[in-house]
Amino acid sequence: MKRYILKRILLAIVTIWAIITITFILMHSVPGNPFRTESKMPPVVYKNLQAKYGLDKPLSEQYVIYLGKIVRGDFGDSMKSRVETVNDMIERGFPVSATIGLQALVIALCFGPALGAIAALNQNKWPDYISMIIAILGISVPNFIMGTVFIQFLARNIGWLPIGGWGEFRHSILPSFALAFLPMAQIARLMRSSMLEVMGQDYIKTAKSKGISKATVVLKHAVRNAILPVVSILGTVASNLLVGSFVIEKIFGIPGLGTFFIISIGNRDYPLIMGTTIFFAIILILMLLTVDIAYVLIDPRIKLSKEGR
Amino acid sequence: MKAGLEFTPDLFSVAAKEDRNKEKIHRPSIKYWPDVWRRLKMNHLAMTGLILIAILSIMAFVGTEINGFKYFEQNYELINVHPDGVHWFGTDELGRDLFTRIWYGTRYSLFIGVMAALIDFTIGVLYGGIAGISRRNTDAIMMRIAEVIYSIPYLLVVILISVVFTQAGQGSSLFVLIFALTLTDWVPMAILVRGQVLQLKESEYALASESIGATKGWILRKHIIPNALGPILVNVTLTIPRAIFAEATLSFIGLGIQAPRSSLGALANDGLAGLPVGNAYQILIPAIFISLTMFAFNVLGDGFRDALDPRLRK
Amino acid sequence: MEKVLEVKDLKISFKTFFGEVEAVRGISFTVGKKETVAVVGESGCGKSVTASGIMQLLPMPPAFFKGGEIIFNGENLLKKSEKQMQAIRGNKISMVFQDPMTSLNPTMKIGKQIVEGLVKHHKMSREAAENKAIEMLKLVSVPQPEKRVNQYPHEFSGGMRQRVMIALAMVCNPQLLIADEPTTALDVTVQAQILELMKKLQDQMDMSIILITHDLGIVADMSDRVVVMYAGQIVEVGLTDEIFANTKHPYTRKLLASVPRLDMSKDEPLYSIDGTPPDLYIPPKGCSFYDRCSEAMKICKDHVPELDEHSATHQSRCWLNHAMAFKGNSRAGGEK
Repeated sequence: MKRYILKRILLAIVTIWAIITITFILMHSVPGNPFRTESKMPPVVYKNLQAKYGLDKPLSEQYVIYLGKIVRGDFGDSMKSRVETVNDMIERGFPVSATIGLQALVIALCFGPALGAIAALNQNKWPDYISMIIAILGISVPNFIMGTVFIQFLARNIGWLPIGGWGEFRHSILPSFALAFLPMAQIARLMRSSMLEVMGQDYIKTAKSKGISKATVVLKHAVRNAILPVVSILGTVASNLLVGSFVIEKIFGIPGLGTFFIISIGNRDYPLIMGTTIFFAIILILMLLTVDIAYVLIDPRIKLSKEGR
Repeated sequence: MKAGLEFTPDLFSVAAKEDRNKEKIHRPSIKYWPDVWRRLKMNHLAMTGLILIAILSIMAFVGTEINGFKYFEQNYELINVHPDGVHWFGTDELGRDLFTRIWYGTRYSLFIGVMAALIDFTIGVLYGGIAGISRRNTDAIMMRIAEVIYSIPYLLVVILISVVFTQAGQGSSLFVLIFALTLTDWVPMAILVRGQVLQLKESEYALASESIGATKGWILRKHIIPNALGPILVNVTLTIPRAIFAEATLSFIGLGIQAPRSSLGALANDGLAGLPVGNAYQILIPAIFISLTMFAFNVLGDGFRDALDPRLRK
Repeated sequence: MEKVLEVKDLKISFKTFFGEVEAVRGISFTVGKKETVAVVGESGCGKSVTASGIMQLLPMPPAFFKGGEIIFNGENLLKKSEKQMQAIRGNKISMVFQDPMTSLNPTMKIGKQIVEGLVKHHKMSREAAENKAIEMLKLVSVPQPEKRVNQYPHEFSGGMRQRVMIALAMVCNPQLLIADEPTTALDVTVQAQILELMKKLQDQMDMSIILITHDLGIVADMSDRVVVMYAGQIVEVGLTDEIFANTKHPYTRKLLASVPRLDMSKDEPLYSIDGTPPDLYIPPKGCSFYDRCSEAMKICKDHVPELDEHSATHQSRCWLNHAMAFKGNSRAGGEK
């Protein structure tokens, strides 16, 4: 098992490196020069700016310098903001995004498995149909639409729920729910099919034959086994949450990292784009790694097998 | 003893052999694909999806001609008109008829979705097939590469590529969009195909077939492909809404399709500005269409999956 | 002998897409104290449905009890509520299932699984329960019980898992153990061990056993009486000796003939019964074995025979028992 974890960590590092490299290459292969968007400037100023951003050095050297900086946690300077560095912006925006992301995750993890289990236990009856309709809506209605609907029909009618902005807890309620819908739906659907499969297994019959109550059979035997596949898609869930946050932040006007990212794209502020992309990627890959390792730890069948994979 | 039954010696004479049918089977035997289709038909939700897709596809081509307005026709007299008898879906901030634009957008959204799915399918089948047939080492390497590619977050890649290949303020060209969408998304299909090929390479009935003299080609045709087709079909069907969703998200960030072309996602993004000023229909209508499209494909994909699952036979 | 279980005219059917399937069509038998009754038959004859039915572990749609009674300790189980049945399951009546590889929860420790029923039925402390688990493992001869009690099912072999299953079933000292093909999924050598174990435990605990199987080899060794089922009905029932030495029903005869014997020459083809059992959603009009019976008569096609007594303990359901069976017959050189 240790070998497996090591392999996964290695893969994570390689992937992060790959992303840094790809991002670097992409950003530097943009046709034209990043500064061309500025109005015409005296060659001297141009040269100084180039030097400042290290753009006068050969590409490979720039790459190494950049890599070095990243490793030390320095994401560089923003090209558009004179006041803040990329690190500053990340520090400002990340906690905001993280709050919403984590809240959404909690919502998804609470309601998702519950919805799925209820559906499975009442197969082909009303609770099943209703749960699954909710789930289908969750995966079919893009989150920005969900957010728009929330704003239009909930926020406008309930004064207490703000239309947007940030500051108090209540500002995070609607965004979190809008963001949570997709992961919750995915988890619910997976949980349902997983539960159905588990409930048909022989060991459930054994459990019932011992005379324990239905609730115990469901909770201690069925859910315990059915939840395993759900753990394995938490990686995808995390990914969706991350990217979903960009759009949600835009709609609700929330000053999170996603908003900075979108603005940087609009401005073509390349250092900021690079920095935030790499930061996002690192967070995501760390989350995926955590999920992978967690899965291996939770499933006793994998824990102790010598193969480890 | 049964009342009224008279026992005659004749009753106790030996029954004729022909009279006894040793292997009576009462249930009609069922062929594979017709059965799958039958099961799909029983799934009302999936059928709804199928019909919806048909309607949307037809309207995507025909819908723009119905009410006479052109999708690019601007009319400054009639900006932000709410849906009424003339403009069934209202107009946007440039006075363009939204009904026509919706169908125009549907055309592009569907096109992008289907193209992305086809490309994913092609690359996936090729890559996965080759990996499955190759020797262990080659296969392992190919899979490692695929794994790394897959761990790069899909939408981040999409966004990055779009950023690079477009000018600020403009949208992406169709080519760039599709390229970005398919760059990392083919991996699940490849893994699926490879899995099927491996499974069937080693499977008992491939062995059994080979043991009675079947050639590898025959096994491929009769066993591997029919079996693999099911999951592949499901995957392809479900890739379409994924691509449509990705494109819509891109549009929302401003990286979507280039004007004057439009997709449903771009229309939604355009409509966002209408929300705070009471023109919610401008975003809600495209939003509904995006949702319907995704719903239809998702539900159809689910239906395929259920219809192909041998355990769900009734 | 004291009766532990009495099944009276039990009928169980399934509602399916194609219609009603009558899986169990009116069977009656008894199980006495400390007795082992074997229920034999091919796949699909209804023996497993009967076993699950006694415990009421069948999925209730689509299955339903069409009629009959199941009397246990004087009470009709079919009249009991689910809660009452829960008090009986694992406690007074236990079951051992066929496939040890899939019958245990893969994510729960063995010890916990063994005493789960005990804790519920007899309210024990965690410590007492763990000790009991170790004790049970010792009872079923699992080596290193102190260590193994905290392990997971995948760390046990098939035979070991079946022992754990038995431990699990016995932990509350049930009066009746229903063993549904307990050795079918195991190697022959392990089979013998498991059967030995069951015999030993039966002796120690004064337990009755219903042994469901299609393997007549183990029937001879283990059981006091045999019930032969075919197509949802009992076709023959009697003491083991009577069934083996004085077989009355053509089906039973064929079953016995199809057991491979050590004293057969290697060139003798293995005997098997031609054909397949009838599909029970159109139950046969007459004797259900008619189509495959080499001794069939005209009356067998349209009329169901009743159970005839051959002795106080031996009955069979066949028109050949009838007085007139050998009058209208010429049986010279009949088919095999």
